Amino acid sequence: MESRLLILVIIVIGAIAVAQLTRLYELASKMRKHGEHDIQDRDNYLNARLMLVFNIFQFGALIWLMLEYGWTGIGPAASVEGESTDWLLNVNFAIILFVFFITNFLLFFFAYKYVRKPGVKATFFAHNNKLELLWTSVPAVVLAVIIILGLQSWNELTSPSSKDALRVELYAQQFNWTARYAGEDNVLGKTDYKLILASNELGLVTSATIDSSIHAMRFGNGGIVGLQKLLNNRDTVLTDSTLSVLRTNLGRKERLLRLLNQMKATHNAKNDAPAWNDVIQKDTLYLCKNKPYEFTFRSKDVIHSAYFPHFRQQMNTVPGYGTRLKFTPIYTTKEMRKLKNLSTFNYVLLCNKICGGAHYGMKMMVVVLEEKEYVAWMKAKSSKNFKSSFAPATQPAVPADTTTNEMI
Amino acid sequence: MASTHDAHGHADHGHHHEESFVSKYIFSQDHKMIGKQFLITAVFMGLVAMLLSILFRIQLAWPGESSDFLYFFLGDQWAPEGVLKEDMYLGLVTIHGTIMVFFLLTGGLSGTFSNILIPLQLGARDMASGFLNMLSYWFFFVSSLIMFLSMFVFNGSIFGLDIPGDWGTTGNGPAMAGWTVYPPLSALPQSVTGSGFGMTLWLISMAIFIAGSLLGSLNYIVTVLNLRTAGMTMLRMPLTIWAFFVTAILGVLSFPVLLSAALLLIMDRLAGTSFYLSDIMVGQEMLTNHGGSPLLFQHLFWFLGHPEVYIVLLPALGLSSEIIATNARKPIFGYKAMVASILAIGFLSFIVWGHHMFITGMNPFLGSVFVFTTLLIAIPSAVKVFNYITTLWRGSIVFTPAMMFAIALVSTFITGGVTGIILADSALDIAIHDTYFVVAHFHIVMGMSAVFGMFAGVYHWFPKMYGKMMNTRMGYVHFWITIVGAYGVFFPMHFVGLAGAPRRYYNYSVYGEFDTDSYAMIMDLNVIVTVFAILAALGQLIFLYNFFYSIFRGPKAPQNPWRSNTLEWTAPVEHIHGNWPGALPVVYRWPYDYSKQDKNGNYVSEEDFIPQNVPLGENEEESH
Repeated sequence: MESRLLILVIIVIGAIAVAQLTRLYELASKMRKHGEHDIQDRDNYLNARLMLVFNIFQFGALIWLMLEYGWTGIGPAASVEGESTDWLLNVNFAIILFVFFITNFLLFFFAYKYVRKPGVKATFFAHNNKLELLWTSVPAVVLAVIIILGLQSWNELTSPSSKDALRVELYAQQFNWTARYAGEDNVLGKTDYKLILASNELGLVTSATIDSSIHAMRFGNGGIVGLQKLLNNRDTVLTDSTLSVLRTNLGRKERLLRLLNQMKATHNAKNDAPAWNDVIQKDTLYLCKNKPYEFTFRSKDVIHSAYFPHFRQQMNTVPGYGTRLKFTPIYTTKEMRKLKNLSTFNYVLLCNKICGGAHYGMKMMVVVLEEKEYVAWMKAKSSKNFKSSFAPATQPAVPADTTTNEMI
Repeated sequence: MASTHDAHGHADHGHHHEESFVSKYIFSQDHKMIGKQFLITAVFMGLVAMLLSILFRIQLAWPGESSDFLYFFLGDQWAPEGVLKEDMYLGLVTIHGTIMVFFLLTGGLSGTFSNILIPLQLGARDMASGFLNMLSYWFFFVSSLIMFLSMFVFNGSIFGLDIPGDWGTTGNGPAMAGWTVYPPLSALPQSVTGSGFGMTLWLISMAIFIAGSLLGSLNYIVTVLNLRTAGMTMLRMPLTIWAFFVTAILGVLSFPVLLSAALLLIMDRLAGTSFYLSDIMVGQEMLTNHGGSPLLFQHLFWFLGHPEVYIVLLPALGLSSEIIATNARKPIFGYKAMVASILAIGFLSFIVWGHHMFITGMNPFLGSVFVFTTLLIAIPSAVKVFNYITTLWRGSIVFTPAMMFAIALVSTFITGGVTGIILADSALDIAIHDTYFVVAHFHIVMGMSAVFGMFAGVYHWFPKMYGKMMNTRMGYVHFWITIVGAYGVFFPMHFVGLAGAPRRYYNYSVYGEFDTDSYAMIMDLNVIVTVFAILAALGQLIFLYNFFYSIFRGPKAPQNPWRSNTLEWTAPVEHIHGNWPGALPVVYRWPYDYSKQDKNGNYVSEEDFIPQNVPLGENEEESH
């Protein structure tokens, strides 16, 4: 409270001081007998010189920043694709820095040089077709080069992966990432968001997971049976708004149940295998050096963005809509630590699309291993594939006495 | 056309009559008063948005440290113990962006100067429809008010006033989904606390804003096409008018698309539709929405969003063209090329929106089309820059504060423009999309340029608006603090982005877990940025003081203080209904006959300017 008062007092005193100064200045300029529109030579020259000084400050600041921080902020690119991106980025930077220095210099230098001088009139120079043609065509040619190089690179980056690329799915939700490896067959199992349960967090489609979800939808906590029981219970008095929420919930769940039953009717158990051998991995994403990867992305709730700063790759994850990207890591984590001369360095996957309060903390560590280490890790991990970890809910449990709160 | 209006003008406005306070200052239908209303409202909104930016810059530079300043403005609700809450960080960022883009640089810039200058520079008595013009301002005012109030939504009340019905029961604080309000984050109240009532207010405010903007734009277009005075052909119009004209057309064609985007989002939120939602589970809640697409919203949003950049920028470029020519005492170089550039930029701005969506999973082929169209915009932009520089060449430059801001605009337009080339290149965009590099880019090229254009306009036309002069030396101080502050903020910010720092992060503590070097660099630079931001913000207080002080106590303005050619300076200093007391001025020449020389290099007139209403002299040729 005291600090608030202090701030207010300072503001008031400051305002009064400035007001007095302006009055003083006003009186002084009245005595000088020229108006505010009549710019005096002294002021004019001073500002012309300051234009040049500013230009030096501007260039100096940029050069200092480049020398001090440069393009090394995130270190060398760690993927095949990233290396070509960096090359192209440097080409573009060279071009734009050239343009930046030339044009800014001309601007401020002319401002300085052609300041009003007594007896010198401006030159009437309204247009010149040759000059205008020159600075239409030169940028056009340079841009053509930039566009061609850029599109070549873009086509390579977005072209389909090779067949032997390792398939990994990254699943985003507020506020974490989950990875799913395709397992021995290198085929990712199909998914459906309606199958998401505590035992099937990624919603993989198999006969067993469909059954579990149908069961949970009917008998689980907050399931249809419980809701009906609550609504039909004449001993409890429910407010109108609670009642309407419960009815909406019930309607929604009945719709979902119908859809699940349809899924069950059309699902072929032969297609279960690709899902069963998938390997789910949290916290850290392990990748193998020099192996091409095909990443696919899904989101559970809102839009996130999978951002791999060190591999120079990024792709949004959009709910209800699959996205993909590919890259091939070229340095293991250990090698990169040496390159960057930083023993604690790690690769990382960040979220780069605003996704809620804890957006800034949504990350997954990435570790790139030598092939030998990777194979060993994968072997250990494969024994804990989806099939072995999934616990089906088969017992038709009697729903516990549910309270209204849980149901809403 | 012009002559019929002329007659009408005489009948209607020939004699001056006293007006009541309400019809003169509040529900005024006079374009000059409406322009000033836009300006004052925008200055207030701009101040609010600037303050918000200082609040979150403090958090970014000194994360987690207790700040009395934060506590003073945000209190226990949003900054307990003086530490900003992470949700409110997003709220501040969102409202800062929304106000700056829409309320300051669209409503404020185009609303103010289109209103003041279109009739005055064309030689018209007023806008085509004074009534629609008045409505346009009041829509703007109401939407500003709603946006402002949305920041105070808390526990079902605003400023202690209960929000009626169930509306206020969800969420606290303003919209928090970024100024682009992408669904599903903005559609699902469960996903972030600002997507409750705050978001509803945001959408209502924007819908009203758009309605007001459309009324204004239609009026500007009709006025430019129909109410030009005798002799004012399209190619004798000042570049300011060309810029306002094209801006208004862009607005009319693109804002309705944003309105539809907002309406569909309102329906997804309130009526249970699935335009933008499909297969979503938020927290433990499984939604039944199916078949919608969040990308649909992005397409609709950016179909406005990109032309919007030029809605913001073109008026600033128009103002600076006029100011640079006047104060270099030279014609603007390549007038026709400037007009062609404005038209080309206006056209191209409609077919580049996809460059905001390269990494949304949009078809890569479509992406390459957008790369091509986007990079094309660099050509007319380059033409404009070179023409500005050539206008300075061999001029006789007078450094009024307006001139200095106009030169600074050219500088920031270059500096921000060149980095646009990198972001337009989809292959490179992948690596830096949504990092601070982008934030730095658009703040310089669009934010700073447009703000500088607006300051230039205020300093230059202040005598026309208020009949008083602003203090020049305070203007100089304001200018130097502002430009040093602007570069001091946004140069380092590029490097924060190159270090890989994503935007809209509450803090960068996560970097400490995997790359302490990058973390140290980001934190160093963030402190520099914040210090310059605070410096620049304090510099604006000088402007505010100068502005309000001069309105009331500034010295009286002469009729044509900058010795300029355009028609507004032929109107009397005192504002009258109908602008000119007698007949409307007649135009005989283009507006850029400064220091005019004939073919032999002899100066045509004693003075170094010949206003548009002066007939051609004997043996004098028209300049273009």
